[in-house]
Amino acid sequence: MSEFLQQLLNGLSLGAIYALIALGYTMVYGVLRFINFAHCDVFMVGAFIGYYLGQHLPHGTIWGGTLVLLCAMIGCALLGMLIERLAYRPLRGAPTLNVLITAIGVSLFLQYTGQLVFGATPRTFPPLFPSVNFNVGTLVFSSNQLLVIGVAVTLMVALRLIVFRTRIGTAMRAVSLNPNAARLVGVNNDVVISFTFGLGSALAAAGGILYALNYPSIDPLMGVMPGLKAFVAAILGGIGNIPGAALGGLLLGTVETFVSGSRFSTYKDAIAFAILIVILLFRPAGLLGKPTVEKV
Amino acid sequence: MRRLQSTLFLIALALGALGVVCPHETEAADEKAPIKIGAYASLTGSEATWGQSYERGTRLAIDELNAAGGVLGRPLKLLIEDNRSRPGESATSVRKLISRDKVVAVLGEVSSGRSLEAATVCQQMRVPMISNGSNPKVTEVGDYIFRVAYIDPFQGTVMAQFAREHLKIDRVALLTDNANAYAVGLGKFFKERFLADGGVVAIEKHYNSNERDFKAQLTAIKASGVEGLFVPGYYTEVGLIVQQARQLGFDAPIFGGDGWASPQLLAQAGESLRDTYYCDNFSMETDSPLVQRFIVKYRERFHEDPDSIAPLAYDAVAMLADAIGRAGSTGAAKIRTALAETQAFVGVSGNLSLDAQRNPQKRAFVVGFKEGRYRLEKTVKP
Amino acid sequence: MPRPHLALLLAIAASIAVTSFAGDIDAYLLDVAMGIGINIILAVSLNLVNGHTGQFSLGHAGFMAVGAYLSSAVTIYLGPSFLGLDGGTIWTQGGLFAAALFAGGTCAAFAGLLIGLPSLRLKGDYLALVTLGFGEIIRVIFQNVEFLGGALGLIGMPAYTTFAWTYGCVALTIFVVGCLVNCTYGCGFRATHDDDIAAEAIGLDTVRYKIVAFVTGAFFAGIAGGLFAHFKLAIDPRGFDFTRSIEIVVMVILGGMGNTVGVILAAVLLTILPEALRPVAEYRMIIYSLLLIVLMLVRPQGLFTFRFGKIGP
Repeated sequence: MSEFLQQLLNGLSLGAIYALIALGYTMVYGVLRFINFAHCDVFMVGAFIGYYLGQHLPHGTIWGGTLVLLCAMIGCALLGMLIERLAYRPLRGAPTLNVLITAIGVSLFLQYTGQLVFGATPRTFPPLFPSVNFNVGTLVFSSNQLLVIGVAVTLMVALRLIVFRTRIGTAMRAVSLNPNAARLVGVNNDVVISFTFGLGSALAAAGGILYALNYPSIDPLMGVMPGLKAFVAAILGGIGNIPGAALGGLLLGTVETFVSGSRFSTYKDAIAFAILIVILLFRPAGLLGKPTVEKV
Repeated sequence: MRRLQSTLFLIALALGALGVVCPHETEAADEKAPIKIGAYASLTGSEATWGQSYERGTRLAIDELNAAGGVLGRPLKLLIEDNRSRPGESATSVRKLISRDKVVAVLGEVSSGRSLEAATVCQQMRVPMISNGSNPKVTEVGDYIFRVAYIDPFQGTVMAQFAREHLKIDRVALLTDNANAYAVGLGKFFKERFLADGGVVAIEKHYNSNERDFKAQLTAIKASGVEGLFVPGYYTEVGLIVQQARQLGFDAPIFGGDGWASPQLLAQAGESLRDTYYCDNFSMETDSPLVQRFIVKYRERFHEDPDSIAPLAYDAVAMLADAIGRAGSTGAAKIRTALAETQAFVGVSGNLSLDAQRNPQKRAFVVGFKEGRYRLEKTVKP
Repeated sequence: MPRPHLALLLAIAASIAVTSFAGDIDAYLLDVAMGIGINIILAVSLNLVNGHTGQFSLGHAGFMAVGAYLSSAVTIYLGPSFLGLDGGTIWTQGGLFAAALFAGGTCAAFAGLLIGLPSLRLKGDYLALVTLGFGEIIRVIFQNVEFLGGALGLIGMPAYTTFAWTYGCVALTIFVVGCLVNCTYGCGFRATHDDDIAAEAIGLDTVRYKIVAFVTGAFFAGIAGGLFAHFKLAIDPRGFDFTRSIEIVVMVILGGMGNTVGVILAAVLLTILPEALRPVAEYRMIIYSLLLIVLMLVRPQGLFTFRFGKIGP
């Protein structure tokens, strides 16, 4: 029983990280209808920004950690907006599959430039926040795991507030429903899309720092696997659906952890994907997605 | 306009094709011309950290040899190709090195899987190759393939004996990187020997390379009450594994193979490494002027301590240079014969004598973490 | 293309002719040329699924893996008993290879059927994910099967792939896919792509078209996998992961979805590019990725698409 609870806790904290990254994927998809492959590499850049900033600030303090987190989020928001402006905006009218190539190009560019600039050897991420280990009975967890869950929940709530309670959020929802109609009622699509990218990238950066805090080894290709898992989570929850991404992330993290701890750990990836496929077969639009009715 | 664009694209394509088709340089086969040595490694991609370390060791050796006058009075020229850590690319890289660049021998690689791929080509084209991989199958490809590292059966045996006799472990757990041939092979050989020595493997768990979260597997391992954990993987994951294991309260000894050897492991896991051991090809504490000189030069040039890959790469170059010297020529068959006869060659990773399967019979160093550093625990002769 | 059957025979004859001079050709050039051929087969077969039929498949490398492993299993395990002790004549070896390729292709086609069937309910990105998932599942399975090499990969297959085999199969693939798409039956693929509800409404069985596309695409991907295995002489499960699938998808999109000539040229370009960039090894992938971005910015409709009007939704 205690093993089950421990695995559950492990799974939830892993799932919270997937959820954070998946939110970025789903937001951009909601507004632009394409999968931003470069998202996982913005995640990596966020972790590296945190690494370099962390060298100059004292470790183990809450204010230091929060400052680094905020700076990384702002830095990556700017990076995201820059990528959108340079690589995606010129392709606004093109078929979305073509923008996918550009996204793949940007992703590869960030990865390989990272390897050239940062070097391929993994680096140890500094302990930005004070790290405490808790032992409740036989359960072991660290403050970093709680931090992940806490920050993820806070950011998701903040995101929901932005999307439903602010003007820019309303504009985002308008653009995601129908970009042309939004333009007709006076929404500046370019600003909204830039903002969406910035927001998504900021979430990725937060995900990157939290991931690096829990698994303190960073390297330029660290975003590839979590990015793939988060992509799966976003689609599992219904792409374009914010609570869906969160649910998908938590579900995927938990399933993965339980399979890792079981007898079939060699087939872990295969089983995770198999479960995903089965779920999609029964709910073809994802767990929380609404099947779009096509009017002919 | 469209026609112009399409014509331009086709011209660009043709130019690119020509760039591939035409040889890059033609050199006269001159007495004083440099001896071309080929190497292939994963300089970019997911395993770049090992490829880059490999390149460092190789370049250091080549530059030193050239500073000392080269081999047979001719300087050595290193041509290194990147295989992007992708399967399939090593064969292409090696074919280019052999048929286009006309190298006399090929050096590479750290990974047994990619070494196998290139070895098949080198054997077919009759060019000697020296690999750093530890899986026995690499040299089984043919008589042109040599090796400078000890093989996994030996390493597995050393660690199994160490676990049984030194650490007195009866029940052990295994945590293997399933996507990594080296880890799978080493784990298998360890298990065989451990069971043969009367031990029990209570639980086996797996992970994939590049993963970060091992708490699920470690929780299960801790719950099984084993007295030790064997992790035959690479330091990139081992650092996190050991940290997470200690965090979860698993205090039994954790040990592994030469994939652990890197200064980065200490930087990563620090004090969590108490009560951990691994088996290495190379020991910084070796009391020999050759090794100490190598360490000093490496630190001077690269500003960090050598891991276990750079010294092996260094030795591969040195062994090849020694063979070329003994062969007295750069003919492939002669170099092959000279390599096969390598006996008592002293490298920084130890005394290398190649056996009939072209694998070196050399010592293994088992190191344990004490007082902030890894120190030599035991030296095992083959 | 006038008289496609004649073109096919000529192409096969030409590739056999080139092979007879293969001993004199630089081994590296031959390597690159065969790599190009294999990528053309992969790209053209994926084009049938993604381009002509509009099903976004991201698992093509999985079919390639099935073909590679199964054809190698045939030549390694069944070959010796078929060829006899002396290794067989060139005809028996050729027969064995043809049988191995066909076996690999058929198993891949079967896998395509298994994957295509459940995918029918899914659209767009959901389909992409499911095909990606299947590709990864296939890879994980091969990584765990010991008698097919496991994580170390499979070696020991004989070097049967020659220029003739490769380009013979290239010609065959282009011929089959071209005929399939350009005949009357083939209009159904494009109808399914353009608007499958309208296609159903006029009585086309879109389910059948989607399945046929998947199965045919998978069959040729399997053939490409078999050629790849007997050419590289060592296959590793990691070589068939989603990165490989993405590489093939890039070729299809770059060439212009649905445009066979464009896709072939894109496959050639994207195979030559990393090789041509070898002199700048460290910057190779950076330049490659920048080129991808620039190419799409300059020609968003695909490199070789000359039609007006959008192909995509």
